[in-house]
Amino acid sequence: MTLTLDAPRIVTARPLLRVAGVTKSYGPVQALRDVDATAYPGEVLGIVGESGSGKSTLLRMMNLEEAPDRGTYTLDLEDAPGNLFDLDRFARRMLCATRIGIVYQNPHLGLLMTHSSSGNVAERLLVAGERRFAVLRDKARAALAASEFPLDRLDAPPIELSGGMQQRVQLAKAIALEPALLLLDEPTTGLDVSVQALVLDTLKRLQQERRITMVIVSHDLGVIRTLADRVMVMRRGAVVEAGLADQIFQDPQHAYTQQLVHAKL
Amino acid sequence: MTLADLARPWAAMSYGFLDASAKRELRRKMIKAVCVPGCQMPYASREVPMARGWGTGGLQVSLTLINPRTRVKVIDQGADDSVNAASIRRFLARVSGAPVTLDTLEADLIQSRHRVPEEILRSDQVLVLQVPNPEPLRPVQPNMSIARQMHADADYGRMWLQLYEQIVRSGRVMQGASYPSMVNGRHVMTPSPIPRWDVPKLHMARHLTILSAGREKRIFAVPPFTRVEPLVFDDVPYRVEDHGGLTCARSGARGVFMNEIPQSDGGSAHEVSDSEWGVKTIRHRDGEAVRMGETWYRDGRFVAPRPGPDPGPRSVRTDADPDPVPGGGAP
Repeated sequence: MTLTLDAPRIVTARPLLRVAGVTKSYGPVQALRDVDATAYPGEVLGIVGESGSGKSTLLRMMNLEEAPDRGTYTLDLEDAPGNLFDLDRFARRMLCATRIGIVYQNPHLGLLMTHSSSGNVAERLLVAGERRFAVLRDKARAALAASEFPLDRLDAPPIELSGGMQQRVQLAKAIALEPALLLLDEPTTGLDVSVQALVLDTLKRLQQERRITMVIVSHDLGVIRTLADRVMVMRRGAVVEAGLADQIFQDPQHAYTQQLVHAKL
Repeated sequence: MTLADLARPWAAMSYGFLDASAKRELRRKMIKAVCVPGCQMPYASREVPMARGWGTGGLQVSLTLINPRTRVKVIDQGADDSVNAASIRRFLARVSGAPVTLDTLEADLIQSRHRVPEEILRSDQVLVLQVPNPEPLRPVQPNMSIARQMHADADYGRMWLQLYEQIVRSGRVMQGASYPSMVNGRHVMTPSPIPRWDVPKLHMARHLTILSAGREKRIFAVPPFTRVEPLVFDDVPYRVEDHGGLTCARSGARGVFMNEIPQSDGGSAHEVSDSEWGVKTIRHRDGEAVRMGETWYRDGRFVAPRPGPDPGPRSVRTDADPDPVPGGGAP
C-alpha cells in the first residue's frame, strides 16, 4: 500500500496578487524602485515602512488609481486578464468596483460625506449595476452589519459619525460586493487605542470568516503584527526585507528592520 | 475694384440679430446634437441683449431657426403673458419679421422655459427649451472634467444614488423638476427644469426638442421618435405629479398640470399652468369657436399614443397610485 500525500499548499497555491518590477518617479523623487509583491488567496500581506517609503503609492497602484512608469500587476481572477496597468479606464473602473475594496486612512477620500452611510455602501452596488431599491437597501444593511456598524445610524451621513464609525462605513463599502482583494491604507491611524482595537477585531473576524485576501499598509508594527501573515518592509521606495510575519518580527535580518522592530519593542 | 465694392452694404444688424457665422456654428452644433441624442455639445454662446440665465441659450437657437414665415410662440413657466415671455417674443418678431402666436397648434417654433405645452406637438413643430444647468452629473460629481469622462463611459451609477438618498430621507423620490432621463438608452440628460409631468411627453415624441444652455454654453437635443426614459429603480416606478383631480379656479379646466396659488386663508387654489390652455378652455366654455388640440394627458392620465416602434401608450403612474407589492419585480 502506498501512501500518497497532497503537495503542501505553499507549492500548489497560485498567488492571487502579483506585482512585479514596479517603478515610479514623481519628477526627481523616486517613489518606487523595482518593487515586487505577492499575496496568496486568503492571506494578509502587511507592508510597513516609514513615511515616504512608497507604501501608500504601491497601494494606490494596486487599486489602479495610478499607473507606474514600469512594471506589471496581475490578479489571478477570471475577469482580470493580463497586466492590469494596461486596462482602459472603463475596464479598470469595473474591476475596481467589483473585485477590489479599499479603506483609506482619510475617510474623506473614500466616502461621500453628506450622503447617508447606507447610500455610501449602495453606491458600490449601483456602480456594479444593481437597480433594485429593496436589494440595495438589504445588501447595504448586511454589509454594514458585517462591519459592526450600529444599524440605528444606518442613514446618518458619515460627517455626523465618529472616526471609528467612518472607518466601519468605508469597510462596509469595501466588502459590500465580496471583493477578491481588500486594500487597507493605515485603517486605524488617527483613532484612539480602544477604537483601534475594536476596528482591528472587526478586520480580523472578517478575514477569518470570509478568507478575503488583504493588503494592509501601516507604519504601526502593532497593527501589522495583529493582522498580517506575511510582511514586507519598505524603505525609500524599495523592499528591504520580506518574509513571514513571525520571521520578520523575531529575526529581522536587515539593519533597518532591526532598528524598526527594536524601536517598537 | 475697391474694398468697398467687395464688402456687403452696411446694415445695422444681420437678419435675426446673430451674424451669419454665429448662426452657422449653432446650426452645426444642433445637427451634432440631433445625431447624438442627449449628448451635450459645446458651443460659443454669443452675446444677446439679455442677461445670461434669462433664456439666452434658447433665444440663440430660436434666432438661428427663425425665418420670416416661422410662427413663434414663447412660454415662460407655462405662461405666454409673463414679462420674460412677452419680451422674448417681441424681440424675436422685431429682428426677424416673423409672425407670433399664443396658440400651440398654430406655432412652428416654440421657445419655452420650464414647461412643455399640454397639447400634443406635431412633427413640423420645434420645441426649444431654455436650460439653466445642462449637467445632470453636477450634483454627484462637481468636477466637470470627470463628469465628462463619466458621460463618455456611460457611468451613471451615481445618478441612482441621488434617487436612493431621496427615498431614504423622504420615503419617495423628491426630484420635482429636471428629472434625470436616459435619452436613446445612452446619454443621461437633465431635461431643463420641466416638471416630472412633462418628461413622458418627450418620450417617442413626434416633434424635435432642442435644449440650450446659454450661460453654460451647451446644446443637446431629443430628436423625434427617441426614447426618453426617466431614471428609476426597478422596484420604484416613476410617478408624475398627481394633478388629475385638481380644477383650475379661473377656467375650470381639469386633468392638466396646475400651479398652486396660496390663499390668504391658508388654503390654496389652483390655476392651469399652460395659460393658453386655460384661455382656450374659457373661450370654449363661453361658446366661442376655438380649436382645442389633443392633449398628452386626459384627467391626469398620460394617454398620448406612442408612434413608431413603441407599442401603444406606456403606463405613467401618478403620485396617487398605490405602491406596487414591496419587493415585487418591475411593474
